[in-house]
Amino acid sequence: MASTITKDQVEGVVTDALVKFGTERELITPEVTFESLDIDSLDLFELGQIIEEEFSIELKGSDVKDIATVGDLVHVVAALA
Amino acid sequence: MRREIVITGLGAITPLGIGARTVHDRWSAGVCAIEDGEAVCTDFDATDFLSAKEVRRADRFTQLAITACQEALADAGWAGASPYRPDEIGCILGTGIGGIATIEANHARLVDGAAVSPLAVPLMMGNAGAAALAIRHDLRGPVYGIVSACAAGAHAIGAAARAIDCGEAGAVIAGGAEAALTPLSRAAFSALEAISRCGVSRPFDARRDGFVMGEGAGVLVLEDGEQARRRGARILARLRGYGATCDASHLTAPAPDGGGPFAAMTAAMRDAEVEPDEIDYVNAHGTSTPLNDRAETIAIKRALGPRAAEIPVSSTKSAIGHLLGAAGAVEALATVLALRARVAPPTLGWEVRDPELDLDYVDGSSRPLRTNERPPVALSNSFGFGGHNAVLCLEAA
Repeated sequence: MASTITKDQVEGVVTDALVKFGTERELITPEVTFESLDIDSLDLFELGQIIEEEFSIELKGSDVKDIATVGDLVHVVAALA
Repeated sequence: MRREIVITGLGAITPLGIGARTVHDRWSAGVCAIEDGEAVCTDFDATDFLSAKEVRRADRFTQLAITACQEALADAGWAGASPYRPDEIGCILGTGIGGIATIEANHARLVDGAAVSPLAVPLMMGNAGAAALAIRHDLRGPVYGIVSACAAGAHAIGAAARAIDCGEAGAVIAGGAEAALTPLSRAAFSALEAISRCGVSRPFDARRDGFVMGEGAGVLVLEDGEQARRRGARILARLRGYGATCDASHLTAPAPDGGGPFAAMTAAMRDAEVEPDEIDYVNAHGTSTPLNDRAETIAIKRALGPRAAEIPVSSTKSAIGHLLGAAGAVEALATVLALRARVAPPTLGWEVRDPELDLDYVDGSSRPLRTNERPPVALSNSFGFGGHNAVLCLEAA
């Protein structure tokens, strides 16, 4: 089945969530690492929950264990959806 | 205490406003912060003091603690750099309930079938305030929360003094925080008939009918006297003694003979090596419940003997209601400031004498403390459900 969710949509959801967490919108790019944005494991738990609810998918620990940048996450989510 | 334990910084957020000195100034001036049967920190907006991330990462009780701590550290002259190594600084914070607003919000999500937040546990846990302060200020010594209901703030300060006294820490940031003005805790305290039906906090008055719930935080910086003097710190007061006991009789009601509070006051005076005649003021627990105020009056008379009739006894709860786990900390710093100003603030609203309660509860307005030249000394009483009693003996510097 073809993916019904675009990378842009995922990027929008991730960016809005990060802004809600207190990150400045201008700092968020595909290349930037979560670490440099001061996004820690608790934020990532919550981000994962938001993505799961938004796109009705299930993110497993193994799906996200190697994610370092915003772009990595968008790529993984877009592939799952 | 074997060592001299000094207090060098104070911080508070209370229903009377922002700042430790605000508590003293407004209470002494006769201002009561209770409205519609509750005492809310209406001047406190967490976003004025904390980043968006910090606000999200903290239940309101922790937000109050972080902000009060910020003031206390600045007051102690620590705002730039800490004068101690991180592992020499502890942090002990009391709370009665912890993050109950977080519990209620997440329970509602659970009932609705929505996902519970991954932040639920780190926000609700009773030690969240101590942990948040440790992370923010790099405090790596003994750091933990204290849970003893409405005595928690005083127990935290007592435990902090002990940690310094035994050499476990050079300085400890100590106090209490509470933000329990939520539907569940209102209903739960009401079910116990502990809350005033008329919505008035008038400790020791014949018409008292229960306490008024409040929220807030109080934080004090305690240091080893020798090290504080070496760094040229301004010393506000000394914590001369600490006494902690338990009634061991009933989960909520105080023992009618005041035995536990009597023993705690006696222990605090023994620890301070002061005699009843040297006590100039008692900042009472004074909740405005029929049972507490009667038992506490008996306990004060047993502990101080004839001296009890000669000195002022007043309750901060007449101005800010009952801050539960924060009460002991806010009242300790209110006591410090009263001693420094040489005044006994009033028990606001006290008008009708209960024939059984015959001490001088400072009706009307603030009264000068008579101290015969030496620095004045006071007891600050805090008692909690569970029969917990914690008493601090404080002396103005």
